[in-house]
Amino acid sequence: MALVLALAGLAVFLVVPPFLPEWITFLLTLAWAKALAVLGIVLLLRGGLLTFGHALYYAVGAYTAGFAVKFLGVHDGLVALVLAVATGAGASALLGLLLARYRGVHFGLLNLAFSMVLYAILLKFYAVTGGTDGLRLPTPLLAGVKPDAQHLRLTIYYVTVVLAALLLYVAHRFTTSPLGYTLRAVRDNEVRVEYMGASVSQAIYCSYIVAGVMASVGGVLAGFSVGHIVPEVSFWTQSGEFVFVALLGGTGSVLAPVAGSIVFEFVRNYAFKYSPYTWQMTLGIVLLIIIFFLPGGLWSLTGIARRWGLTTRRWSR
Amino acid sequence: MSAGLTFTYGVVRILNLAHGNLYALGAYMGAWLVLGWGSSAWPALSYLLLLLAAVFIGVTAGPVIERLFLRRVYGKEEEIQILLTFSILLILEDVIKLAWGVSPLFADKPYTYMGVVRLGGVDYAGYPFLLTGIATVTGLLLWLVVTRTRFGKVLISVITDREVSSALGVNVPRIYTLAFTLGAVLAALGGAFTAPMFSLVPGIGAEVIVVSFAVVAIGGLGSIGGAALGALLVGLARATAVHLFPELDLFAIYLIMALVLLFRPQGLFGQVEARRI
Amino acid sequence: MVLETIGLTKFFGMVRAAEDLSLTFQEGELVGIVGPNGSGKTTLLNVITGYVKPDRGRIRYQGKDITGLSPRAVADLGIARSFQMPQLYLSLTVLENLVLALAIRAGRARGFWAPLVRADRLDEARRVLEQFDLEEHATHEAGQLPEGARKLLDVALSFARRPRILLMDEPTSGVSARDKSKVMDTLVPVLKGTGVTTIFVEHDMEVVQRYAERVLAFDEGKVVAAGSPDAVLADPAVRRALLGQP
Ligand SMILES: Nc1ncnc2c1ncn2[C@@H]1O[C@H](COP(=O)(O)OP(=O)(O)OP(=O)(O)O)[C@@H](O)[C@H]1O
Ligand SMILES: [Mg+2]
Repeated sequence: MALVLALAGLAVFLVVPPFLPEWITFLLTLAWAKALAVLGIVLLLRGGLLTFGHALYYAVGAYTAGFAVKFLGVHDGLVALVLAVATGAGASALLGLLLARYRGVHFGLLNLAFSMVLYAILLKFYAVTGGTDGLRLPTPLLAGVKPDAQHLRLTIYYVTVVLAALLLYVAHRFTTSPLGYTLRAVRDNEVRVEYMGASVSQAIYCSYIVAGVMASVGGVLAGFSVGHIVPEVSFWTQSGEFVFVALLGGTGSVLAPVAGSIVFEFVRNYAFKYSPYTWQMTLGIVLLIIIFFLPGGLWSLTGIARRWGLTTRRWSR
Repeated sequence: MSAGLTFTYGVVRILNLAHGNLYALGAYMGAWLVLGWGSSAWPALSYLLLLLAAVFIGVTAGPVIERLFLRRVYGKEEEIQILLTFSILLILEDVIKLAWGVSPLFADKPYTYMGVVRLGGVDYAGYPFLLTGIATVTGLLLWLVVTRTRFGKVLISVITDREVSSALGVNVPRIYTLAFTLGAVLAALGGAFTAPMFSLVPGIGAEVIVVSFAVVAIGGLGSIGGAALGALLVGLARATAVHLFPELDLFAIYLIMALVLLFRPQGLFGQVEARRI
Repeated sequence: MVLETIGLTKFFGMVRAAEDLSLTFQEGELVGIVGPNGSGKTTLLNVITGYVKPDRGRIRYQGKDITGLSPRAVADLGIARSFQMPQLYLSLTVLENLVLALAIRAGRARGFWAPLVRADRLDEARRVLEQFDLEEHATHEAGQLPEGARKLLDVALSFARRPRILLMDEPTSGVSARDKSKVMDTLVPVLKGTGVTTIFVEHDMEVVQRYAERVLAFDEGKVVAAGSPDAVLADPAVRRALLGQP
């Protein structure tokens, strides 16, 4: 049932966009791409781990694509994607060795520190990274085929949505698997997990890699859709934004990040225009409201709606 | 600065991400007061103004944050607590922008008043010496307060065992507010007195929290002596890096942090807490 | 002899939690441990399972030295324990708690594709719940359970691992007086039937007297009396230690 509904939802996202203005398609593309980074945060949150540096992997993905184009002469988006999966997995596997020992604020801020190190590298090694100018990402080929210039936005949109949907499915399998449950168990009671014969640090380590790969793929997709990448993709505000969206959407379902991300992109598109100085404050206040009044995020509204008898579905948890 | 962070953590057990913003608020307030009322006729006044700024920020923002927000999440999941202080961080970032705009603020008078000091034939700016002096005195005062006063004793009893101390009639919520306020004053103090050395731009709060977290993580969360040692190590590393590879001063900090944590995950002076089962 | 401790010693500062404990346990026996608060009963379980490292002494299990192994490694060897304060996954349902235990037992803790909840695991989990009389709570979150049910689930989780040795820390504390004997009446036949070696800490003398085959009485980290329940509980030293400070 839930599967049918998810597929129906996906169908809407596939059928409607050709009839929408281009800027909306563009925002949707970004929202889907970023939802992957948010998804990574949500997966970790299910294990009680809050990271303030997940933009690190988002940036790893984006710059992998950038370097692939600049240095390797790779013009195929799919090749860049495969490379980004590899670098995302490699980076998270490496840092995860250190980070899997930490919880709580140590985990959050060590991640932040690493992401800021990457930011500094991207900023300062001008010759390689383009510094503040960033790197240009020209229109990629797709499996060797040059996309039709007229439908460029739409093509990128479709690639993004389909890939993101695939990864959402992977995430769904992950959360319902023994490892996914072990991660939730880790959040509840590490002592019991170890006494049952499962490894807490392994569960965290594996999840961390999965979360890193998700964000990395998100970075490539967002990079190609914007066409240009700058060091800010690794800045703490980017990570903070992902955390915000994760909380906004809620952690109750792997679909929640997509919902949160789409709402967020559109609201920001307007709010940012009108009052750039109070944007962060708005985020902060909304976050406070979520913490105190809506701890399940927007997604929990589906549960409230159900209680009111507006719908009879049972969302998977 | 880091002492304030580890201090509040030690008592309240919530690491306050908005701590960097209190630092920034102190810095802005201090610079603003000095620019507005400092006069070259009476240099000492500008130092007084810096102190005033720090105390003002500390005793206003501290209790408000603790009473209004933190108090509601004691005993909840750590993620929630961190997120709460993160939202306060976001809000304060913009409060600073709204109050003082985004253009840099630069009040270097207190810096230039100190003139230069001649040491072994080389001229050094005098202000950093003053700053070191102030940091040392503050550290000593803090240590004296914690070890020698009644407040300090009560504080330690609250840290070691919250339930028992409240059973003994200690007003734990009041101690929390006081400790948090003291931490806020320390942060603002750090900000106010370093303000004359830099021009202030929005976003320093976030930068500072990362560096001071590194300091605290190296020393071990909750250990004031550790924070002092961490600050020393980081300061040295940064100074060396600035000389050798100016590009890499931030890395030096993180490198030390990564090395320390690799071999001693709880920091140099941190203690591992095992849960009783 | 399936489990043996040799000269186990553990101090917490000045507190003597275990001193020179040399104990042996035979395959399949059911041993009760009694002792006043703070006499080191829980500490013994903590040390055997590797949660606490002893200051001195060794632990041997089936002839192998297991001193210094982590709780996970000890669990993998077939020693399970339950806790004085239940250690559960409070946000998971009772069934999920158990099904996860079964999956981990089967070595599937790292599976990240196939779903955790499977028909065969559910069936076995339901059977365990039946044995512990917890069926009515099957779909409740563990955090919502009444104290007694938590305690039972805690034991059930350890039991579901099908261990060779089961260590239970006050399995009937928090369980209502009426249900105490019910818990033990369900547990003991199953344990005896499967030949599990069981060591249980218990404050309730009646329970100890009825179910234990052998009793160790602790005080200040030492065994002050050992033997048949009747003999130990009649020992004047034990009576003084236990009844003097209940
Ligand atoms: N991790 C620890 N750190 C410090 N002291 C400890 C620790 N664990 C146990 N102790 C102390 O060791 C002594 C023995 O504790 P233990 O928990 O083994 O007693 P017990 O016999 O299980 O008591 P109870 O009947 O209350 O459960 C107690 O004085 C206790 O305070
Ligand atoms: Mg005990």
